[in-house]
Amino acid sequence: MEQPILKASGLTMRYHSVLALDNLDLELPQGKIVGLLGPNGSGKTTFIKLAAGLLTPTGGDLTICGEKIGTATKAVVSYLPDRPYFSRQVRVEQQLSFFQDFYADFDRARAEEMLTALHIPLNAKFKALSKGNQEKVQLVLVMSRRAKLYLLDEPIGGVDPAARDYILNTIITNYDPSATVLISTHLIADVERVLDEYLFLYQGRIVQGGNVDTVREETGKSLDELFREVFKCLPNC
Amino acid sequence: MNWKFAGDRPVYQQIMAAIRGAILKGELPPGGKVPSVRDLAAQAQVNPNTMQRALTELEREGLLVSGGTSGRSVTEDADVLAVMREQALEELARECAEKFMVFGVTPDQAAQLLLRLQDKKEE
Repeated sequence: MEQPILKASGLTMRYHSVLALDNLDLELPQGKIVGLLGPNGSGKTTFIKLAAGLLTPTGGDLTICGEKIGTATKAVVSYLPDRPYFSRQVRVEQQLSFFQDFYADFDRARAEEMLTALHIPLNAKFKALSKGNQEKVQLVLVMSRRAKLYLLDEPIGGVDPAARDYILNTIITNYDPSATVLISTHLIADVERVLDEYLFLYQGRIVQGGNVDTVREETGKSLDELFREVFKCLPNC
Repeated sequence: MNWKFAGDRPVYQQIMAAIRGAILKGELPPGGKVPSVRDLAAQAQVNPNTMQRALTELEREGLLVSGGTSGRSVTEDADVLAVMREQALEELARECAEKFMVFGVTPDQAAQLLLRLQDKKEE
């Protein structure tokens, strides 16, 4: 088998008394779009932050392309946080320059092309953009990198259904077929047709996972229905 | 093409059905070029891997032929097209019969109903 793009073994993250990730084992293959799905507080964002190198695990191992999390992995990981993180005073074009300076794999022409298609003026300050447009700019920048692993934390949470379609389209048309995209969300019905595989996370553990079309074939259920069924039986959610 | 997907069947199978439908309706004529995986995936808003799988399966059935670098096109083989048409119509008839059976209507009675419908139209 090919080397997994991401590998976690015994990964544990504890915030004082709260156990956010509990001895998690996981491998992400190359060239797949994977849904990281789970109820609120199941550990989705914590996992993504660990992979992005924003947090240090309290236990276990995590590697990306065989490397420990650090400068080398950050160069190949493109991360979309779950909230706006660009300075409100900065203009869109300045933000493009930051990305260009920061990431060798950033394709500025591509980003500008997408922003133009979205009718977002390059000289607008961030604070002048609506929340939905801010999210779109962030996604455009993240997807304009030629990364090996994209970590998208709730990419469609705050935008209208038309923009959701646009964002999902951006994801499926802009990723390189050898790259892997990890999408965390609880809006399963909206994302399930773009997913190859799914992972159900609950209380810091992977409780179920596999191929989305196999689920339909074997159970005759959509991923959304399966999710509702699996998480209905579990207490406290 | 009609890209609406039901939740209870694999998406790649639904894509295959949609493409077969497009060929039957003449939207994709025999010998006609099929758009690229990437374009079709964007149109249908599905994962390119899923689209790839659907097209590969249709290729294996012989309905689509790969022209190497020039992409895929619909087969010009009349036999293959005739078999596909037969199967699609059979499938439609089976679905139809199942729906009638729910109301206790036998295929025979259903056929009578269809004929009556035709008579009414002709009047």
